[in-house]
Amino acid sequence: MIGIDALSVRFGSTEAVKSVSLKLARGEAFGLVGESGSGKSTVLRALAGLNPDWTGRITLDGIQLGPKRDRQFFRRVQMVFQDPYGSLHPRQTVDRSLSEPLQVHGIGDIDRRIARGLDEVALPSSIRYRYPHQLSGGQRQRVAIARALMAEPEVMLLDEPTSALDVSVQSEVLNLLVDLRTARRLTYIMVSHNLAVVAHLCERIGVMLGGELVETLSADDLRAGRTQHPHTAALRALSIELEETEGMVA
Amino acid sequence: MLVEIDNLWVRFATVNGVSDAVRGVSLTLGQEKLGIVGESGSGKSLTARSILRLLPGSARITADKLSFDGINILTADEAKLRAIRGKRAGLILQDPKFSLNPVMTAGAQIAEAWRARRGGTRKMAYQAAIDLLAQVQIREPARVAEAYPHELSGGMGQRVMIAMMLAPDPELLIADEPTSALDATVQAEILRLIEDLVSRRGMGLILISHDLPLVSHFCDRVAVMYAGRIVEALGAADLARATHPYTRGLLSCLPALSRKQDRLTVLQRDPAWIDA
Repeated sequence: MIGIDALSVRFGSTEAVKSVSLKLARGEAFGLVGESGSGKSTVLRALAGLNPDWTGRITLDGIQLGPKRDRQFFRRVQMVFQDPYGSLHPRQTVDRSLSEPLQVHGIGDIDRRIARGLDEVALPSSIRYRYPHQLSGGQRQRVAIARALMAEPEVMLLDEPTSALDVSVQSEVLNLLVDLRTARRLTYIMVSHNLAVVAHLCERIGVMLGGELVETLSADDLRAGRTQHPHTAALRALSIELEETEGMVA
Repeated sequence: MLVEIDNLWVRFATVNGVSDAVRGVSLTLGQEKLGIVGESGSGKSLTARSILRLLPGSARITADKLSFDGINILTADEAKLRAIRGKRAGLILQDPKFSLNPVMTAGAQIAEAWRARRGGTRKMAYQAAIDLLAQVQIREPARVAEAYPHELSGGMGQRVMIAMMLAPDPELLIADEPTSALDATVQAEILRLIEDLVSRRGMGLILISHDLPLVSHFCDRVAVMYAGRIVEALGAADLARATHPYTRGLLSCLPALSRKQDRLTVLQRDPAWIDA
């Protein structure tokens, strides 16, 4: 479905992404983890077409993508950002935000699609004519997800979709993402610094360090501690240590 | 006791009548580390900021007792409050990008905070600032002292913020989501640093967060807030014995690396918790 080959991204003299290669099958969920500045979001943004300045090869269904993407690309690939407050237009109602992608792609039946879209992310129809500031953080992120789904994409790029949310809301949004993936057979690429979140949603995980993809492993291997690279082991150890109290309750 | 709060209420007048944001919170704090945990809107930040009377102008605050080291905060005038805020009690906020002055170097800001409490020459203050930067484990303190906030990473900025708050040698440190803007590795480093500094200096700490397991690692006691009330208070080590369904719900809805779940538990809110 998606192939990335020797992707490099430079910002001035710093090389933010150094020759990253990965392959994704249709319907797969892949997680990218790493610290701030490791280049994980930059990979995602280059893939989404938000940063035209990269070298290497990116393919979607075997067809090579250029730095500029056409409308067809955005119909198939959509992105959800960390902060829904920043990614939704503050002066547009939910209805307007959701109808825009439909208009852009010339999809008809707008009214019914919005109603169904809200229903799909478990939002009440009463919020349809509200503004983002009238919604809670969890509701806003659901709207952002509904908006991304409007064009019926095949691939969703998720950039820290739950890290701005309360833990109680995070679990609801994660469950929603799992359900949507099954229902629509979506392909996910998710970026997060939270290993537990990534391992919950994705079956395969790539670890980034200093712009390089240092290890790719399955979520099960990560849980079991079958890691190759010391950085993966260090990230895992920290995550387990901070979880400990919770483990006792469970 | 460093902080004594008895029956604290914080109210806001809205078009729909009065809204109670904090409803009868009581707590005391000595030289210890207290975590206040709750969701957005649970009143945890308002409770902590009441101690410094740093609330929005529209907030109405009442309490049977609200004191900092014996000083009645409710009746204290601005001069008295100024002697506490930033001097005897420091506040660390979530995002250093917004808390630091963008047109002053890190060193100058720390030096200013140092001089405000202790006086002394600019040179002494600047030297003290470099010392403080070293204390918050910055490797090249002299270089960082000359840097402007936009030249620093998030973790570095938060260290500068901590150094600034420590400069006046406060007795109480309030850290309001100090690491939510940082990634997991840096988050743990910063919290360890705060914990270590607080213990070594014999300060009191109030750590506000929405991450219950995380807080329990760095605090002695944890108070869990829901809808403006403390629904449960317990020792950090006793988290496993939490009895309130909200506390247990918060713990069980987290995904964990150590065990695989097909579905995450979703918090079922009980209307009775509001008055529990």
